[in-house]
Amino acid sequence: MPAVSKGDGMRGLAVFISDIRNCKSKEAEIKRINKELANIRSKFKGDKALDGYSKKKYVCKLLFIFLLGHDIDFGHMEAVNLLSSNKYTEKQIGYLFISVLVNSNSDLIRLINNAIKNDLASRNPTFMNLALHCIANVGSREMAEAFASEIPSILVAGDTMDSVKQSAALCLLRLNRTSTDLVPMGEWTARVVHLLNDQHLGVVTAAASLITTLAQKSPDDFKTSISLAVARLSRIVTSASIDLQDYTYYFVAAPWLSVKLLRLLQCYPPPEDAAIRSRLTECLETILNKAQEPPKSKKVQHSNAKNAVLFEAITLIIHHDSEPTLLVRACNQLGQFLQHRETNLRYLALESMCTLASSEFSHETVKTHIETVINALKTERDVSVRQRAVDLLYAMCDRSNAKQIVAEMLSYLETADYSIREEIVLKVAILAEKYAVDYTWYVDTILNLIRIAGDYVSEEVWYRVIQIVINRDDVQGYAAKTVFEALQAPACHENLVKVGGYILGEFGNLIAGDSRSSPLVQFNLLHSKFHLCSVPTRALLLSAYIKFINLFPEVKTTIQDVLRSDSQLRNADVELQQRAVEYLRLSCIASTDILATVLEEMPPFPERESSILAKLKRKKGPGNLPDIDDARRHVNGSTEHSEITEHTKKGSTHPFDDPLNLSSTPSTGASLLVDVFSDSTTLAPVDVSEENFPRFVCKNNGVIFENQLLQIGLKSEYRQNLGRMYVFFGNKTSTQFLSFSASLNVHAKTVEPIIEGGAQVQQILNIECISDFTDAPLLSIQFRYGGALQNIAVKLPVMLNKFFQPTEMTSQDFFQRWKQLGIPQQEVQKIFKAKHPMDTEVAKAKILGFGVALLDGVDPNPANFVGAGVIHTKNTQVGCLLRLEPNTQAQMYRLTLRTSRDSVSQRLCDLLSEQF
Amino acid sequence: MIWKIRFILIQNRAGKTRLAKWYMQFDDDEKQKLIEEVHAVVTVRDAKHTNFVEFRNFKIIYRRYAGLYFCICVDVTDNNLAYLEGIHNFVEVLNEYFHNVCELDLVFNFYKVYTVVDEMFLAGEIRETSQTKVLKQLLMLQSLE
Repeated sequence: MPAVSKGDGMRGLAVFISDIRNCKSKEAEIKRINKELANIRSKFKGDKALDGYSKKKYVCKLLFIFLLGHDIDFGHMEAVNLLSSNKYTEKQIGYLFISVLVNSNSDLIRLINNAIKNDLASRNPTFMNLALHCIANVGSREMAEAFASEIPSILVAGDTMDSVKQSAALCLLRLNRTSTDLVPMGEWTARVVHLLNDQHLGVVTAAASLITTLAQKSPDDFKTSISLAVARLSRIVTSASIDLQDYTYYFVAAPWLSVKLLRLLQCYPPPEDAAIRSRLTECLETILNKAQEPPKSKKVQHSNAKNAVLFEAITLIIHHDSEPTLLVRACNQLGQFLQHRETNLRYLALESMCTLASSEFSHETVKTHIETVINALKTERDVSVRQRAVDLLYAMCDRSNAKQIVAEMLSYLETADYSIREEIVLKVAILAEKYAVDYTWYVDTILNLIRIAGDYVSEEVWYRVIQIVINRDDVQGYAAKTVFEALQAPACHENLVKVGGYILGEFGNLIAGDSRSSPLVQFNLLHSKFHLCSVPTRALLLSAYIKFINLFPEVKTTIQDVLRSDSQLRNADVELQQRAVEYLRLSCIASTDILATVLEEMPPFPERESSILAKLKRKKGPGNLPDIDDARRHVNGSTEHSEITEHTKKGSTHPFDDPLNLSSTPSTGASLLVDVFSDSTTLAPVDVSEENFPRFVCKNNGVIFENQLLQIGLKSEYRQNLGRMYVFFGNKTSTQFLSFSASLNVHAKTVEPIIEGGAQVQQILNIECISDFTDAPLLSIQFRYGGALQNIAVKLPVMLNKFFQPTEMTSQDFFQRWKQLGIPQQEVQKIFKAKHPMDTEVAKAKILGFGVALLDGVDPNPANFVGAGVIHTKNTQVGCLLRLEPNTQAQMYRLTLRTSRDSVSQRLCDLLSEQF
Repeated sequence: MIWKIRFILIQNRAGKTRLAKWYMQFDDDEKQKLIEEVHAVVTVRDAKHTNFVEFRNFKIIYRRYAGLYFCICVDVTDNNLAYLEGIHNFVEVLNEYFHNVCELDLVFNFYKVYTVVDEMFLAGEIRETSQTKVLKQLLMLQSLE
């Protein structure tokens, strides 16, 4: 019995614990406990006053019994008595009992608070700490009421001992969390920030947590903490590990404090002050550099502590999302970890990269790790690591790699753990839809999902495939053929029967010409599944049958016979019976014309947010879903999503002389997208705004206009010669905008005429590029705000390069085409001075953002960039080759473009040269 | 609301709790459920797995020492490695304080373990990380009556 042998414990307690441990059965234990409880009760009730030691011992035994899981209904008073003992060990047991067995007995609370008050006033640091720990552990409202005003003064008093300051800071933090209203802000708040400068690193450690919590609630009041935190961090990361002595952990200087300071800085955007900002950048660079140094110890503790700081630094870099160089370095560092032998590091790297994938600066770098991530999906033993790999694949997915990623996810789904199947199904469905250029691929993917994991395919997923097939006439025949083939399988999932029934009911006629899928064959195939299905599916099939009667008069009698059978007309299920009766009557009495009207093909579904995406959001909760668009993150890290939309066939059919064919559709549900563009830059109000225009050459999303009243955000996507732009009008005021209109110089359609204060409405523009162009469309906005008419004109960033499709080609092909485009007019060259720092990774990101494919190993000089792409317009396609030669010494670039059309070469050159 | 540590648990392989420190209000039934759930998710994992498990809306950072599992439940956005080493730092302090700590030390001296915890973690936050400072303080308290 170690406790006894140490000679400083309570012998009676040790004996009791031993007895309990020696009990052979639960009954024996209960018997022994009851005996002890009786003993203690009699001692407490006895006439003889107990000395402090005995009281402490019995209270401690009661605590032990409680911790074993038994109820304790006495002894509280004795515990409270211990609080006023002047012996530490007695007081400690008293406080421990109170902290563990919180009791809302009001009489006792008053006594307890009284004892705490005395201890806080005792000026004895040990007693003060016990009292503060008790408040921090219990944190009840009563305690907050009694002490919230007193603790700040203890915290900032000049003569308070360091260890008491540490406890006071965290005690205050606890009260602030549970009873914010009771913790008064005041003169102390300014002084609390200066604790970051304290000599004692333990005080800084505790204070950093307090300040972070306070800064999250009222950032403006604690802005001064930024410079102090940066200064402190800088001193830590640049110190020789020996300097910090007690706070060096396995050769790493103050790892936990560094993490806390980096967290504190995440409450704020990048520092405005240039000096502080560059000092912070230096710190972050130093941390990244250290990751490359050889380890100072082989112990895992060393690498863990070092990497704890590194990961927090990366989180801050991602949070700031403003330093491309740091982002790319962070990404490369994580890339190394993806292949590390430590599972922990692989896991964390996958997790961190997921957030990096949503930054426009690092998205491309993240994508280069696709093979490693796919490999992780196949080989990792820990399901949680595989889960992270799935998340990352989802986050890094874009048009260029969607087919590969979806295929890998589908094959993983065959063996995936049951716990994560539904989520993978949702992700595959979303990606397949979002990046479908070819909708036959989309249909195949969803049917594969149902085949592989039918049980996990929720209603949202199969509803969605039907919506899409109905809205796109180019895929309907294929869908009908594919479901027909899939239904041939002897055992197919009920969800397939649902999709199949619905699609054949609508579009079975598209394949009825083939005798192998004649109307009767289709009907028999569906009906062969009928008896194995649940009631809702049968109901759906009955509707498909009545649709068949309309589509195929030749099977009318066969279907009427089925409807007329007892198993339908007298079905016990009221819904099925009703359908059978009504459909039968309808088919008998209605004329062909009426039937054709009633059973007409479903009209296209209105555009709205994908129900699947909504489901995934619900499942993951806000903020946990990696962003698949390059919409910028909120300051708090949560993300909103763009709608996933299908291109409506109704769209761009207006014949315009303009090269750009635009039509707009007002849309509801815009409130879902509020705040997508929250980290905007402010602009002075202008009448015709094109200031932000150049910022959109290499990216598609962001804020195009903002003044005190209105913010206009854009999200756009392009596919070949078609594009779609979502324009968000955000009312920044608390007052309604009336008579709101936003019209284009090429075509006009109204948005919602009223924008409520603080609300946002959305306008969707469908864009078609007819031929190459130079001018951009102008959006004129008019509205009435508080009586005054406001007029704003914004140049919409629709540029020729948006219609690029990247083209990969070999070096040989490239030079061959380069030579073919040898006529002088086809080449445009520009030599210009660099306006931004010349960074390779940033340049790459910009060229990719421009829309062309970057070709490696084509140019003999590795510093040069070579790209290729095709501009799609309705009338023609224009191939384009480009070469960018940086000269870092002269801070100049030379940009050369060759395309088959001189106007295109010139325009592209103008657009791109402005970006560097 | 931002919380850091929700609770700290020390359990043995059989699921017996050797320390339970709660930083959030849970009722007794809920605590018992959490204890059982943590035991169930942690003990099935092997050495090749990560030291992190998603748990309800939180995550558990844990490390096994002989037959004992030290588990810290934190917010999903918290720094995994910082808490993993936080556990180790705590274990090294216990080891020093109890001179080669073993499970029985935690049983017989449960009331002292709480003191060690409060020195190092308070209000769900890391309070003190210097082993020297914590041990000095603990020895000072040990010397008091």
